[in-house]
Amino acid sequence: MSTPPGSPACGLSGAPCALPIRPRAACCSPCSCTCVVFHRHVPSGLPARHALEPRPERQGLLRAQEHRLHIFSPSLFGAGSAGPVLQRVRRSPVAPALVWDLARVGQQFTAPASEDPALKYLGLLAMSKILRTHPKSVQAHKDLVLQCLDDKDESIRLRALDLLYGMVSKKNLVEIVRKLMSHVDKAEGTAYRDELLTKIIDICSQCNYQHVTNFQWYVSVLVELTQLEGTRHGHLLAAQMLDVAIRVKAIRKFAVAQMSALLDSAHLGAGGPQRNGICEVLYAAAWICGEFSEHLQEPQQTLEAMLRPKVTTLPGHIQAVYVQNVVKLYACILQQKEQAAEPEAAQDVTQLMVERLPQFVQSADLEVQERASCVLQLAKHIQKLQAKGVPVAEEVSALFAGELNPVAPKAQKKVPVPEGLDLDAWINEPPSDSESEDEKPKAIFHDEEPRHAKPRPPEAEEEELARRREARKQEQANNPFYIKSSPSPQKRYQDMPGVEHIPVVQIDLSVPLKVPGMPVSDQYVKLEEERKHRQRLEKDRRRKKKKDKDQKGRPRRHSMLHTESDEDVAPAQRVDIVTEEMPENALPSDEDDKDPNDPYRALDVDLDKPLADSEKLPVQKHRNAETTKSPEKEDVPVVEKKMKKPRKKEKKHREKERGKKEKGKEEKEGEDLDFWLSTAPLPAEAPAPEEPGVDAVIAAAKEEGEEPRGAGQGDEDGAEDAERNPEQKSSKHKKKKHKKEKEERTKDKKKPKKQQPPGEEAAEPVENGALADEPLPPMSSYCLLAENSYIKMTYDIQGSLQKDSQVTVSIVLENQSSSFLKNMELSVLDSLNTKLARPEGSSVHDGVPVPFQLPPGISNEAQFVFTIQSIVMAQKLKGTLSFIAKNDEGSTHEKLDFKLHFSCTSYLVTTPCYSDAFAKLLESGDLSMSSIKVDGINMSFQNLLAKICFHHHFSVVERVDSCASMYSRSIQGHHVCLLVKKGEKSVSVDGKCSDSTLLSNLLEEMKATLAEC
Amino acid sequence: MIKAILIFNNHGKPRVSKFYQPYSEDTRQQIIRETFHLVSKRDENVCNFLGGLLIGGSDNKLIYRHYATLYFVFCVDSSESELAILDLMQVFVETLDKCFENVCELDLISHVDKVHNILAEMVMGGMVLETNMNEIVTQIDAQNKLEKSEAGLAGAPAHRDAYIFSN
Repeated sequence: MSTPPGSPACGLSGAPCALPIRPRAACCSPCSCTCVVFHRHVPSGLPARHALEPRPERQGLLRAQEHRLHIFSPSLFGAGSAGPVLQRVRRSPVAPALVWDLARVGQQFTAPASEDPALKYLGLLAMSKILRTHPKSVQAHKDLVLQCLDDKDESIRLRALDLLYGMVSKKNLVEIVRKLMSHVDKAEGTAYRDELLTKIIDICSQCNYQHVTNFQWYVSVLVELTQLEGTRHGHLLAAQMLDVAIRVKAIRKFAVAQMSALLDSAHLGAGGPQRNGICEVLYAAAWICGEFSEHLQEPQQTLEAMLRPKVTTLPGHIQAVYVQNVVKLYACILQQKEQAAEPEAAQDVTQLMVERLPQFVQSADLEVQERASCVLQLAKHIQKLQAKGVPVAEEVSALFAGELNPVAPKAQKKVPVPEGLDLDAWINEPPSDSESEDEKPKAIFHDEEPRHAKPRPPEAEEEELARRREARKQEQANNPFYIKSSPSPQKRYQDMPGVEHIPVVQIDLSVPLKVPGMPVSDQYVKLEEERKHRQRLEKDRRRKKKKDKDQKGRPRRHSMLHTESDEDVAPAQRVDIVTEEMPENALPSDEDDKDPNDPYRALDVDLDKPLADSEKLPVQKHRNAETTKSPEKEDVPVVEKKMKKPRKKEKKHREKERGKKEKGKEEKEGEDLDFWLSTAPLPAEAPAPEEPGVDAVIAAAKEEGEEPRGAGQGDEDGAEDAERNPEQKSSKHKKKKHKKEKEERTKDKKKPKKQQPPGEEAAEPVENGALADEPLPPMSSYCLLAENSYIKMTYDIQGSLQKDSQVTVSIVLENQSSSFLKNMELSVLDSLNTKLARPEGSSVHDGVPVPFQLPPGISNEAQFVFTIQSIVMAQKLKGTLSFIAKNDEGSTHEKLDFKLHFSCTSYLVTTPCYSDAFAKLLESGDLSMSSIKVDGINMSFQNLLAKICFHHHFSVVERVDSCASMYSRSIQGHHVCLLVKKGEKSVSVDGKCSDSTLLSNLLEEMKATLAEC
Repeated sequence: MIKAILIFNNHGKPRVSKFYQPYSEDTRQQIIRETFHLVSKRDENVCNFLGGLLIGGSDNKLIYRHYATLYFVFCVDSSESELAILDLMQVFVETLDKCFENVCELDLISHVDKVHNILAEMVMGGMVLETNMNEIVTQIDAQNKLEKSEAGLAGAPAHRDAYIFSN
């Protein structure tokens, strides 16, 4: 899929393209709101009371834009494996051909052979664009689309769902919906389930239920969908139920039975208002049961169900419908009882009403309250009348007399204009143009003056009016600011004769509608199959008879190969959809009935019709039969993912630490990262005087909140004391520990680590110093200062956090002779920048005494504090150690010169850092940057990091594969960020620091360290 | 139009996010979270496109690609071509790889400024500007050079101050 770099065709902007680069195609999603308005239709001949909008109005988009098939960007032509096909498409000058081609391409992409799901998706997308304009080419690939419904990828399934609009027919609707229903059961996310639900409803109800042959099946599908939990589309289901029940008369009995079962069943109301979505269905159920109560088998039972106390938990608008329809039911029951001459039973029902209605009267919803109190009073009145033995049923049912008829949404518009009415004519005199402005005030203030304009003689009126109308129209036509209306529809109808009322066809059912309990829509599938089979046999038989009769015996094309077309499928019931009521004399006009914005109106295509000349496709000269290859997946060459699992180790480290943590003092700082990052000096904390173990550094870095070097400090009392009294410590040199001992300890500590199996894989990034376990070479930060036959000096420099310009130099003195060394004194030549902190009262030239003596073979550590002004450069100080060596022969005065080297690294203090804060720091853009690269490195990345951590006082912020970000902070508060990347044999280090000189010096030192690896 | 470009790792940690439409910070975080939620639960071998109900409106779609430890997600509206965006994504990643040799997740943090520079070369205000990798790399190199020469000035603050005072 990658484009060859530099080739002119690879840029979006560079390629000459036939297709627009980024066309704006407005999205047309069928809006799903259906507006239902109810009017009571009284027999007195008032207008019908229902305005049902079966299909939503779609906001239009320019058809020209529809043709912009923008999914193939020019930059991709010729690049991907689909190139040849697409290029051909691009050159094709004729629009239909283009579309046809794309449909083929879509088919190629969607074909199971196509491995790449992305191409499959795009194929479907292309098809859905083509479907709106050229449905024929898409309908040919029906099977492919249906296959995609079962794809494991949700995106592809959704795209296939979009295409279903054009795929359904009378024949396969049941099958497709059953498939969708099974998806509904399996679907995991509610979003996808809702999508399925709307699609089911959309495809079933499209084109006035054109594809639904069996409405019993459809109603039971709707009822089944109510079992869905947590859907947002309860109102859609309700609207469908109402629509179907009102418009399909034959189904009413069945629908009523279903709805009463719904009302009866507990599951819908059970959830209360929180399952808001689906309880909308009860709205429809209650209304249908009330309105068509004459079809109810056991109205009394339904009445009781609707008066249950549980109903009061439903939303207000549903309760209101309940109350209203309870009365309808009640009226129906009264009528039945009175006809059956059971006055007691009728009184019982009234009693039930009077008992149960007060629960609605108390409702918080005003509508419910109002209706309930009305109804309650009515019931009480009826009760009185019944007690007197007066028959009331007739009068009560008169409340709800009248038939419901669906009214077309455009009915009002289509009322024809009566003969002789000219809507364009002026009713009053038009204000004359000659009327000047100055005359008007006069007219207001001088009423008594004779009127300026006198009534015209009536005989002149007709011609005059006509003349003026002409003039006005002329003016309007010439006026650019006047918005001209298209010729009004009324006018057109006026001219057309032969307008008649659209007949409402009565239906009789061929199948008895007796369905006990809740139906399963699947049963209809089988029924449907059987029915079709029967029909086919019937037809064959008839045909045979005909053939036998037919003496000529003309060979029939279809006798052997029985192809089933849509026309063959006769509906199960003779169900007619009641056409929407129209005003008398209204004309059914094609242009008006069809929504010009309906994206699927082109679907109204007779596939059997021969092609018109304009529709014929140009003959293809040559065809590239190359199959499309899926573009190769290219991954960025990211370095191998070998890495250890950090989790386990983390635990181990923690355990280890817990053992060591008896001092338990470390946690006091470092909790607050901002604190660490701020330049404010930190509270008391001693610089680690001794060598921190390698693992300890790592562990400390990992435990984010922990004081960085604390964990590494061994188990010496001295260290503890030093930490507690940091102020004293600098003057008191109380280390009694032998360095050799320590080193051995360090090695001991490392041993358990080696048992970890190396090389476990983990791709996850490691954060904040959780380094993988790997045997690390022993490391020591102490280096040789000076040596002679008596004494050996090694030293280490640590920055101190609590004083921002101080470093502590720990010098280990080892007696190498057999003499006893005493009166040791260290004198250093201060520079401008670096000064030794001396005890008070001593002058610059005085030495600082070492507070211990050394017997033969013993070593000890002394610490000296230096104050530094600028830390951006490394520096050197000259000094001398003077001491008295005393042995059996006597004592001698000895001297040892040395050079103290303060590297920039020694000014850094290991500081942990959260990755978020790290990212913020880098985002700030205040840091200057520099980088180095070192070749010929064979050390593992793991060890490399440990080395940098140890020698350069960094901590790992995050590590991904063989790349790590590190952080450290100088004693003066400079942030230092590193990005260490390991290549094949080289390591590159990108550094960012608030001071560029410090950074470059640091990197130079680091280069030296890395070069040794 | 491209609404947003998001890069996060396998654990949902955002590495780079660039929005071309004004959203409040909360919404941004929510978009990132939801996008990660949607994208991360998808298999490896399914298509790279996601439509449906997203925060930014149902018109929007997600086009994503999974590179090693990172998800690159482009949130675009219906006027963008899926394949072109996939292509752009590839160009973007290859450019990153050229600019930071052997690009890795942490480069995006370390050189967040450069990443945004590259993005700005390719996409401006949600519209694709440039898809030619060489062109982009040339521009970025020139930018780096400029930056370096400026850093040279900034690296000697004493001189700069002197210069200012002398004026």
